[in-house]
Amino acid sequence: MTEEHHASDYHAPHIVPVSTYVLVFLALMLGTALTTWIAYIDLRAWNTVVALTIAVCKMLLVVLFFMHIKYSKGLTRIVIVGAFFWLGIMITLTCSDELTRHWEIVPEGWSAGALHLFRLLF
Amino acid sequence: MWIFLATEILFFGGMFTAYIVYRALHLSSFILGSHQLVVKFGAMNTAVLICSSLTMALAIRTAQTGGSKGVVIVWLLLTMALGAAFLGIKLRFEWYRDYMEGLIPGVAWLSGGTHTPGVKMFMCFYFFMTGLHALHMVVGLGILTVLVIMAARDRFSAEYYSPLEISGLYWHFVDIVWIFLFPLLYLIGGRYPGS
Amino acid sequence: MSTAIRDLHDAPAEPAVNYLNASYGIKSWLLTLDHKRIGLLYLASITVMFVVGGVAATLMRMHLVEPQGALFEPETYNKMFSTHGIIMVFFFLVPSIPATLGNFLIPLMIGARDVAFPKLNLMSWYIFITGAALALYGTISGGVDTGWTFYPPYSSLYSETHVVAVALGIFIAGFSSILTGLNFIVTIHKMRAPGMTWFRLPLFIWALYATSLIFVLGTPVIAITVFLLGLERLLHVGIFDPAVGGDPLLFQHMFWFYSHPAVYIMILPGMGVISELVTAFSRKKIFGYSFVAFSSLSIAVISFIVWGHHMFVTGQAIYAGLVFSVLSFLVAIPSAVKVFNWTATLYRGSISYEAPMLYALGFIGLFTIGGLTGLFLASLATDVHLNGTYFIVAHFHYIMVGGAVMAYLGGIHFWWPKISGRMYPDMWARISAAIIFIGFNLTFFPQFMLGYLGMPRRYAVYPAEFQVLNVLSSAGASILGIGYVIPLVYLAWSMRYGPVAGPNPWNAKGLEWTIPSPPPTENFEEVPIVTEEAYNYPAIEAHHYPDAQGVARV
Repeated sequence: MTEEHHASDYHAPHIVPVSTYVLVFLALMLGTALTTWIAYIDLRAWNTVVALTIAVCKMLLVVLFFMHIKYSKGLTRIVIVGAFFWLGIMITLTCSDELTRHWEIVPEGWSAGALHLFRLLF
Repeated sequence: MWIFLATEILFFGGMFTAYIVYRALHLSSFILGSHQLVVKFGAMNTAVLICSSLTMALAIRTAQTGGSKGVVIVWLLLTMALGAAFLGIKLRFEWYRDYMEGLIPGVAWLSGGTHTPGVKMFMCFYFFMTGLHALHMVVGLGILTVLVIMAARDRFSAEYYSPLEISGLYWHFVDIVWIFLFPLLYLIGGRYPGS
Repeated sequence: MSTAIRDLHDAPAEPAVNYLNASYGIKSWLLTLDHKRIGLLYLASITVMFVVGGVAATLMRMHLVEPQGALFEPETYNKMFSTHGIIMVFFFLVPSIPATLGNFLIPLMIGARDVAFPKLNLMSWYIFITGAALALYGTISGGVDTGWTFYPPYSSLYSETHVVAVALGIFIAGFSSILTGLNFIVTIHKMRAPGMTWFRLPLFIWALYATSLIFVLGTPVIAITVFLLGLERLLHVGIFDPAVGGDPLLFQHMFWFYSHPAVYIMILPGMGVISELVTAFSRKKIFGYSFVAFSSLSIAVISFIVWGHHMFVTGQAIYAGLVFSVLSFLVAIPSAVKVFNWTATLYRGSISYEAPMLYALGFIGLFTIGGLTGLFLASLATDVHLNGTYFIVAHFHYIMVGGAVMAYLGGIHFWWPKISGRMYPDMWARISAAIIFIGFNLTFFPQFMLGYLGMPRRYAVYPAEFQVLNVLSSAGASILGIGYVIPLVYLAWSMRYGPVAGPNPWNAKGLEWTIPSPPPTENFEEVPIVTEEAYNYPAIEAHHYPDAQGVARV
């Protein structure tokens, strides 16, 4: 039956202990509380960075433990990494257009372009 | 299912791409728009979903270890209850309030004051992204219902629980999307005094 | 216990029970889980869509014989080219080879009994039909006039046509593609017969695997794009409206993020077919197997980073244009690798000119022309002159029609004996291949010239000095149309009256040729064990070449 094929893809012989689940759960709740708390502290641009970093950590916890990727084989991991990588391509190249519209054509060459990029980011 | 989740990453990802571009181009409007949202409901919902992921993981684990179908059903029902609570909080406390305040573009929008065109753009994204997410939650609730029925009919055992596992992956994915939506929608620009 | 390749002489001429007659009645077809029947369901559906799109094309070409337009008002003409594009791209080319030949052949070529998820397979056909029906409804009730590219703000704010209905049809059909791609990936990973290692797979499978990767990664983005467009149209919120801070180019980025890889969805399976045809009809194994296999994967990967070349003149930032231009040149490399390898396979092969081979040879030449003209378009400066003209139209038709459609027809003819158990009349097949080749070139070569001379595309009227070339193109189109109708006739005829084909009329290598034609429902009576590499034709270098005195030695 195809379900067995599918099950063998990621069926972890690993049975994750309840304590692991509870620990991950507590970490996730802590992350949420932290994110909310930090939002009320003035960190300027770093607010976003911190919030997103915590979000990425929470995502990793869910993916690794709740979704059992920690116990899965490589192919499954490639699927997820690949998907995120592709999303990254879409975001990066789209932004390469959208965020550089106001740049003027600089005849002096790449060094001036690099200077623009530096100014834009910092 | 992992491959299907990959397609979902790209699907939501398209929205996130658009969000990123517009946030970069209209940051001040997005900050203003974000401040129209109530953080405590967003945080509450995040907590609710995290709990539901835990109960889902425990449901799968119970089946995996050959636990009784009653316990599996209890965990599944708890997951569903939490999912329903998420939707309830959204609908009753957030979207209803937005409706009353005229913050729903295209449906109930009141211009003027803080309701600038830029804020309208932000609210578009807010509703599109949370709406799409909510739609996925509803589908998830449907899937959970099917699972409860299957469990009641003794379909699961320590040898066969893959529908639970597969549905669990979907449910956790929906949770992860919300984990990102919360800071990206509710916490733009921070909530400190003077932001 | 199981044998490798069954002794062909024992196979019956036409099996009494095969997948076609194993069960009767419309329910057995509409509720089938047999991948072969699902492939035929798709074949019927996309043929219908091809006819609809073809009618639109015919009407367009008839209209264009006069500089002021012979048939339509400009608004109607706009609907014609939009319908032609939408139907042909989304409802014919994207599913063509994968859903018909792919569904039919993948399990056969890898030695499996069916695909990994037969029910999902059937569901994907129903989803396709739903999307197609919705798009047809939108077309019949007035169509859209935005072009198949649906650019806002016209499509979101100003067009008064059935954008939402057609966009929804496309959205739904996208799920069909995703499920098909998912099915293929899992099938190829998990269900290969013992001994069928990755590098013994037919190249058709590599090509379809690469195509499935594009299906899975790209289609969700077009889904969200048309979803946003639909919301924009219904709620008038201004996501793509510059007046309120939106950016029409964002739509274009998201649209082309899918639609460029989509064109590789359309051509990669065709390239896979050509690998099969070239080896079978030169009786020689493919030159550089791993290069061809990896080039399929490279095309799939690189196709995702070149989409901006559709936007060079739409207001995209120059720096982004630079990046996309360079990357677009890169994508030509794996395609060229394939063309070189096919040519090297032909070299010193024992070539025979059956109809499938005529299609394959036509493909190689026409795809090369189409691909090379793509280089002119990848280079920023020339693209400024050529974008929006008939040069682009000719470029992609050389690849889509001269390439993909010819590969599709070649594949249909090659595997027709396997699908139907009967042979089609060879002479008619060769004649129609020739007619198609001539008609195609007569239709589209003048369009290169028209584009270079400056005739814009999607225009219902044109300056009088372009009339001669337009008339030539329309004449070619009528010939091409006739060339497409003839196979419909003789293929249908052959199902009833054609001679019985036997398991391997071409004497080709490949697991699909080791089973009876038509195959039984379960494909393989015993699971085959694969021991030889792909295309393991006996060496022919020493045969039939005259020595210095001109004496042919065997």
